[in-house]
Amino acid sequence: MLSVCQEEAVAMQRCRRGSAEAFEVLVNRYMKDAYFIALGLVGNSEDAMDLSQEAFIRAYRNIKHVRPDRKFFPWFYQILKNLCVSHLRKRRHRQAGSLDAEDCPEVAARDDCFCPDVVAGKKEIKDSVWRAIGKLDDKHREVIILRHFQNMSYDQIAEALHCNKGTVTSRLYYARKRLEELLGTGKGDSHYGVS
Amino acid sequence: MACHDYKDLMMGYLDSELDAEQKRRFEEHLSGCPECAGELEEFKRLKAITDEVTLVEPEDRIWQDYWGSIYNRIERGAGWIVFSIAAVLLAIYCGFRAIEQIIRDPHLELTLKIGLMALLVSLAILFVSVLRERLYFWKKDRYKDVRR
Repeated sequence: MLSVCQEEAVAMQRCRRGSAEAFEVLVNRYMKDAYFIALGLVGNSEDAMDLSQEAFIRAYRNIKHVRPDRKFFPWFYQILKNLCVSHLRKRRHRQAGSLDAEDCPEVAARDDCFCPDVVAGKKEIKDSVWRAIGKLDDKHREVIILRHFQNMSYDQIAEALHCNKGTVTSRLYYARKRLEELLGTGKGDSHYGVS
Repeated sequence: MACHDYKDLMMGYLDSELDAEQKRRFEEHLSGCPECAGELEEFKRLKAITDEVTLVEPEDRIWQDYWGSIYNRIERGAGWIVFSIAAVLLAIYCGFRAIEQIIRDPHLELTLKIGLMALLVSLAILFVSVLRERLYFWKKDRYKDVRR
């Protein structure tokens, strides 16, 4: 019986020869991860669904160029991330353009697309947590999403981000520090009453 | 080691990513450092809050249609490529035939011939220019640089 890794390697090999059925196997395996990561990066479900599907389409078109020893997901993740980052950049340009960026740069730069409808939890907590995540830098938001919502290990995150574990822990540290600031959960602040 | 050097271990401790030796080393540091112990408590509090928040899963039918939607988009993309190639070939063929007929037609005035020829040539230049621009941007496509 083939292991998950071997199964994936076989599917990728068949995809390189143009098999759509083999690609369907990979899509079914990673579609939820792709959607939730995109959701974490762009903040709303409609865009996340569209971007995750677009990433699979680009992966399908380029899979024949992938080195045979490469795993699918870390490679696919780079495509998805680039798509999400370009999408965010365009959205911020549009927002900055529609607001008077010179008179009010803070408002122009703020990302209000992190709609709390896509997260579950106690209302007062989920709203503020999701909005705070939306205010993080892209690279900090990325590690928070991969760790907290995708439950990925440090090794898996490092593989997906093409960096070492030290960089992952360092980014997590600063991302969490920033989240603390945004949520007011630091020293002497019992804003949420969570022990 | 200064407290700052323990931040990696602190994250690993919080996320249960340390091996036994690293855990022992960090706990040893914690027992003698109230500042790091306090910071760890703050991180634990934050983690408890973020753990309460989960992403909402879309309805089942979205996942059932997911592959179908991707497949349709891939298929349509291939259809558009074939359609574009066919349209370009037909346009080139018709262009040449039109030029041939204009030149050979003895009833057309020279000025009209020159005007029509100029129109066709300008269309050809515009087409080549757009094609070259597309090729240029395709070569600079950021996804081509994705590590493989």
